[in-house]
Amino acid sequence: MANKNPKIDLRTSPYIRRAPTVAQIMRNVVYALIPLIIFATVHFGISALALIIVTTLSCVITEHLFCKLAHKPTTIKDFSAVITGILLSMTLPAGFPLWMGVVGGFVAIGLGKLLFGGLGFNVFNPALVGRAFLQAAFPVSITTWTPTHVADRFVDFIPSTLALPFMRPVDTTTWTSQVAIDGFSGATPLALMKFQGIITENSALFFGTVTGSIGETSSLLILICGAYLVFRNMLDWRIPVAVIIGTAIAAELFHAFNPQAPQALFMLLSGGLMFAAVFMASDMVASPVTPLGIFIFGLLVGFLTVTIRLYGALTEAVMYAILFANAATPLIESYTQPKIYGARKKPKS
Amino acid sequence: MINLLQIFGKKTFAHGIHPDEYKETSQKITRRLAFPTKVSLPLAQSIGKPARAIVHKGQYVQRGELIAEADGFMSVPLHASVTGIVAAIELVLTAKGNKELAIILETSLSSGQAVLKSATKNIASMSRTELIQAVQNMGMVGLGGAAFPTHVKMSIPNDRNIHTVIVNGCECEPFLTTDHRVMLEQVQNLILGIQIALKCVDAETAIIGIENNKPDVLEAIKSHLANETNITVVAVETKYPQGAEKMLIKSLLGVEIPSKGLPSEIGLAVFNVTTLAQIGTLMPLSQPLIERIITITGDNLRKSGNYIVPLGTSLGHILNHADFFGNEAELILGGPMMGMAAASLDVPITKGTGAVLVLDKRATKDDEIMPCIKCSLCLQACPINLNPSELGQLAAKRRYDVMEEQYNLNDCFDCGCCSYVCPSNIPLVQYFRIAKTLNRERHRQNG
Repeated sequence: MANKNPKIDLRTSPYIRRAPTVAQIMRNVVYALIPLIIFATVHFGISALALIIVTTLSCVITEHLFCKLAHKPTTIKDFSAVITGILLSMTLPAGFPLWMGVVGGFVAIGLGKLLFGGLGFNVFNPALVGRAFLQAAFPVSITTWTPTHVADRFVDFIPSTLALPFMRPVDTTTWTSQVAIDGFSGATPLALMKFQGIITENSALFFGTVTGSIGETSSLLILICGAYLVFRNMLDWRIPVAVIIGTAIAAELFHAFNPQAPQALFMLLSGGLMFAAVFMASDMVASPVTPLGIFIFGLLVGFLTVTIRLYGALTEAVMYAILFANAATPLIESYTQPKIYGARKKPKS
Repeated sequence: MINLLQIFGKKTFAHGIHPDEYKETSQKITRRLAFPTKVSLPLAQSIGKPARAIVHKGQYVQRGELIAEADGFMSVPLHASVTGIVAAIELVLTAKGNKELAIILETSLSSGQAVLKSATKNIASMSRTELIQAVQNMGMVGLGGAAFPTHVKMSIPNDRNIHTVIVNGCECEPFLTTDHRVMLEQVQNLILGIQIALKCVDAETAIIGIENNKPDVLEAIKSHLANETNITVVAVETKYPQGAEKMLIKSLLGVEIPSKGLPSEIGLAVFNVTTLAQIGTLMPLSQPLIERIITITGDNLRKSGNYIVPLGTSLGHILNHADFFGNEAELILGGPMMGMAAASLDVPITKGTGAVLVLDKRATKDDEIMPCIKCSLCLQACPINLNPSELGQLAAKRRYDVMEEQYNLNDCFDCGCCSYVCPSNIPLVQYFRIAKTLNRERHRQNG
């Protein structure tokens, strides 16, 4: 028997939708970061894992508190704070004091995101804002590297990890000389290149058997995780590709003028470049939406990275390159609006 | 500009979306629904001027009899869709949500419902002007949903030459299958309709564009085209909104209609297949448009299918006969991407209604609206290559003037791809519709 008196719902078209929600996209980015977390733990031990957890918790709690202060419903359920926390911790050295990680997370979310108006309104990648703050506030701790695959890494923390807040961190030189199997230089491949002119082998960079920030060492793993997101249609592949192209072109250009400068492959595989290309530059909110703009943004990041690496005072260049490109995003967008279907030539005025 | 997609041999346009098709009714043969006891025929059946009623309350009219005449060139006449008595001429609720003047006919079920006889026409001997006049007299409008008066479209200004007629058989909206059935069941009439259209616009060739999800239709039409050397049929990619004339033209010919222009600007005229098939059916018999084929489909229906219904049939009558058993539903006149939701079971079928789609709660759950995360999915979906992300943010700030002047708001044709893909669930196309309406009002006030 037909129902002659149903309740009628009323909306406007379209009535169907097929899209992953924001929370789903963010959750998948977290999934994609899990292999990197595992790799970092295996590589550097429980200090790295503790740093990731503490920094992430700091981000989530900061977001929750700010929402409470603003009398708004909490926004931690969209998972974006979790991503910021993991991304931030991935750019730090394994022995980074945990309390500094807490400060970094607080600054990343508070200053980098919520003061701008929260998700969707941040001008800069929040994780990088946090890292830039840490770089300025704790220049020693953020450049103190420890050896990988230390025998007791799953049992003992690196001494500096548990440093008390606002106290000078424990010096790790003695510890490093005790645990390192052979002459550990305490320098990342980029620092070796910059200050000693030593170029690390590409295979070591690719598989991640070097030291560095906890999440950036294995280009191979980063690319696999990125490929998963691209496959799920949750990462815009154009940004990493443009960053890689920009870096390669700039590196080859500088190499042509100055053979001392490393070639493209080293530039791509060393430092945080691959990690930044896949996970940092691709932050949707702070990068352009226009097709041409996305490409220009990527090229700019690549070009600035190489320039800062070769001529700047610091070894970690990609962070500043991305922050600068983030700031340039509105400008890039305004000049790269897409040409519409059937566009007429503008009458000359 | 070279169309890369066409180089690789794929007939399509850039961007767009691939919703699930739900075309389960495409294999159901068209049947006739029982006559309703009452029809209500709004005088505004086209997007032109409403017709002028020429009947009075209590008058007996025969099916096919003229009951309202065209009010000028931009208007089409209206004919009785049943034999019966004029019960009232009053305001009724329409799919648009407003009330419009309509002629209410009470069906006299005892009569045979025979269509009023008139002299048959010899089409071959008719001139271009006579043909166009005949199209207006039958009250024909675009049956694909736009309801634009067909004779107006056929009256090409003297300074424009049409070389090709595009016959739109894409039916790109999910769920809809009326064009599909018409192309299978009325091929001969369709070809006659195409020949009439060619004569009306003085063009030489016609191209029928069909989405490649209808191989049976392609086969059927091809087998009838052996003697029609000036008509070709081309398969285009199945993708929404392939059936938008701008998109179809790009897919078939690789050219674009200039912004805010008409197809005639580049020598083309576009007609929907069902419109031409109806012209081919009705014109030789000198019969007017009094009924149309609609798809009745969606959730909680025991008898979904393709049905011929008299114009003015109420939704309630249709749901009753399709055996609707749900408790709550959205009743959509047209497809799920661009159709209009009806607010009442009394809303009548008009000439532009191609489907009654009944949607249960499932796909229509309203998630929370999140801020735009600038994922650029909407830019990759917009067939016009607009920037819906930026437009949406401007709309939230009510910068409607900027939307129009700097971001080409008026090129948006409401296809809804942006809303479909938005992960933040932002009602983008809905915002744009409001913006366009408010802009029009502002322009009117400013003169």
